[in-house]
Amino acid sequence: MPVNILMPALSPTMEEGKLAKWLKKPGDAIKSGDVLAEIETDKATMEVEAVDEGVLSKILVPEGTENVKVNTPIAVIAGDVEDATASAGSEERAESAPPVVAPAAQSTGAPASAPAIPAAPKSAAPADAEIPAGTNMVTMTVREALRDAMAEEMRRDADVFVMGEEVAEYQGAYKVTQGLLQEFGAKRVIDTPITEHGFAGIGVGAAMAGLKPIVEFMTFNFAMQAIDQIVNSAAKTLYMSGGQMGCPIVFRGPNGAAARVAAQHSQDYAAWYSNIPGLKVVSPYSAADAKGLLKSAIRDPNPIIFLENEIMYGQSFEVPEIADYLVPIGKAKVARSGKDVTIVTWSIGMRYALNAAAELEKEGIDVEVIDLRTIRPMDTATIVESVKKTGRCITIEEGYPQSGVGAEIAARLMTEAFDYLDAPVIRITGKDVPMPYAANLEKLALPSIAEIVAAAKAVLYR
Amino acid sequence: MPATRAAPATKAARKPAAAKTNLPVTPPATFTKEQELEAYRIMLLIRRFEEKSGQMYGMGLIGGFCHLYIGQEAVVTGMQMASKEGDAVITGYRDHGHMLACGMAAKGVLAELTGRRGGLSKGKGGSMHMFSKEKHFYGGHGIVGAQVSLGTGLAFAHKYRGNDNVSLTYFGDGASNQGQVYESFNMAELWKLPVVYVIENNRYAMGTAVTRASAQTDFSRRGISFNIPGEQVDGMDVRAVKAAADKAIAWCRAGNGPYILEMQTYRYRGHSMSDPAKYRTREEVQKVRDESDPIEMVRNRILAQKFAGEDDLKKIDADVRNIVNEAAEFATSDPEPDPSELYTDILVES
Repeated sequence: MPVNILMPALSPTMEEGKLAKWLKKPGDAIKSGDVLAEIETDKATMEVEAVDEGVLSKILVPEGTENVKVNTPIAVIAGDVEDATASAGSEERAESAPPVVAPAAQSTGAPASAPAIPAAPKSAAPADAEIPAGTNMVTMTVREALRDAMAEEMRRDADVFVMGEEVAEYQGAYKVTQGLLQEFGAKRVIDTPITEHGFAGIGVGAAMAGLKPIVEFMTFNFAMQAIDQIVNSAAKTLYMSGGQMGCPIVFRGPNGAAARVAAQHSQDYAAWYSNIPGLKVVSPYSAADAKGLLKSAIRDPNPIIFLENEIMYGQSFEVPEIADYLVPIGKAKVARSGKDVTIVTWSIGMRYALNAAAELEKEGIDVEVIDLRTIRPMDTATIVESVKKTGRCITIEEGYPQSGVGAEIAARLMTEAFDYLDAPVIRITGKDVPMPYAANLEKLALPSIAEIVAAAKAVLYR
Repeated sequence: MPATRAAPATKAARKPAAAKTNLPVTPPATFTKEQELEAYRIMLLIRRFEEKSGQMYGMGLIGGFCHLYIGQEAVVTGMQMASKEGDAVITGYRDHGHMLACGMAAKGVLAELTGRRGGLSKGKGGSMHMFSKEKHFYGGHGIVGAQVSLGTGLAFAHKYRGNDNVSLTYFGDGASNQGQVYESFNMAELWKLPVVYVIENNRYAMGTAVTRASAQTDFSRRGISFNIPGEQVDGMDVRAVKAAADKAIAWCRAGNGPYILEMQTYRYRGHSMSDPAKYRTREEVQKVRDESDPIEMVRNRILAQKFAGEDDLKKIDADVRNIVNEAAEFATSDPEPDPSELYTDILVES
């Protein structure tokens, strides 16, 4: 019985990859555990091992092919020599099976679920006031933009260093610190033990002494171990010292749900940290904002919570080729102009918003999308300005509904734009449940484009 | 037979588990006349300041929590006598003595206790949260054990900058059981950070005696699994503290990594002003006061060695009382912070 070898998922968020190299050729005998091919993702190169025994009868995807989607058949193994000859034109009927994936940075062994939402469509964004006309743009991933931001600031200021789990020799658990160890050395790119509470405190102490640490949490889920140092030490020292002693530190890492990593690894902390005076909370969507905001965060004399998103790391955007590109903290951006309804969101929420806006456009509803970018201090003025025009507002976040960022926006609109509202503000949020593992339940727990479309119609009374 | 089962032969040869410390105890330093008088003056200032604080708390002039350092004066005094300009100091909430020993003005400390605008934190920090960039004093921290990671970070900064300063990180026997202490020990030794961990074992974590909270009550051994050397010190004898501090600080300055000093000390007062201290007897406290009071010890030595006479000491006493009374006068007459201060110092405006 011939068996299809499928393109494997090598991480919870992988959607596609490059088939870099075949190590077996048609006619080769295959034993379970043999390395069949090498696959490259934006994070790493990994080996694909055979699970089934037989003869490699056909290669369906030649080496060097880019953007091979997960679960695409890439080769056929025939159970025996007869099968190998017989299967030449019958792979359609082959039983499909994903191979085992050898050493993986984030491998769970499970196939990745389809992403909850597709990448956002290009939208009619107004010209970006922060980028001068005629600026040359380069395409890069959010991951590369974050890395470049750190590298540029480390070149500029010898007091800047980065510490965290696997940031140096491993090149970052999500490869965000790739190449930094090679350029800056072990003094400034520091692998820590798995002790978030301790190394967050060491970072804060170093910042109190005047250094400018970038503390990477492998994910913000693990920063709960360290939250006392973030809130009680980093955020409050300036006030408690009567302005004498600040804490110039950046805590950064992926925040929120990735894909299929369930309750303990899928939580959005935007609302948590935005509750604390003394912190600034930044969460970019595009690569350009990721770069410009991270550079601003590193220079900021205050403690900054910089919330990234794992699913966004591999997404590409245009980034201006400007020598020292800074995006101001505390400024929202109108990412899409519209007149009928305002959607306020940030980070991965922008993907929901822009997709929903494209859907709604087909029905003649013109959506304005505001990318908040900074959660604290919140740019209320930009939201209010938009609502004055549209009279309607929807907020989107993956975090929980109670005391969420959407609740805060709704409250601010009540006090600052009550007379302009033509409908109640609707919050689209993650559901009020721990993140479930099952693919269908996970999808239900997160915001959906259908919910946003329905909310837009509701506030427009359609 | 697995190798691990072959132990009996080596077991007998193993050192007895009761070995008290992993390094020999350092003999007390020999003090010059100047050193004895300096130690006397600093310890007396702390004692009188804390007595005044207790009195003012009772009068309602100081609010909230107020943890007095009375009885433990020799620890910070001896440590400071061994440190040099640029060494960082950080401690928990029993911090008034550390501030005075670091040279922070009594006026500023006491006005902070009363929540006045002339306090070291403009009245916004209070007893547990005071800082001085100028004196390299990094607080003053209210969360038990948090200062241990922070102090390790101060040492990290010294090493990063390549200077030979050290971080003097103080915490108590209670904080010694917090998890982040061991996370910090691990990284400090791993990265050879210049930090002296000064464990002020005053025998009670709030109302819980050391033996009721700690599986290993020899705190000098708490770093053994990280290869951090440690020793127990008579924390009531300022000369013993100074000698141990000299050794520990030299170890750190030379780039050997962290060092642990367990200061065996005693607090005469309750955990805080609101602690009736029912967990120990009056006799226990009185015995320590009678037999090993750190200030009396110095005083007796000064007189015995004729470094000074009764009259000279009386003059020091009067000077100290003067400083404390002036501070009290300032701390009660200085106005409260302006209401506009509520919203300042939350973020550095850039």
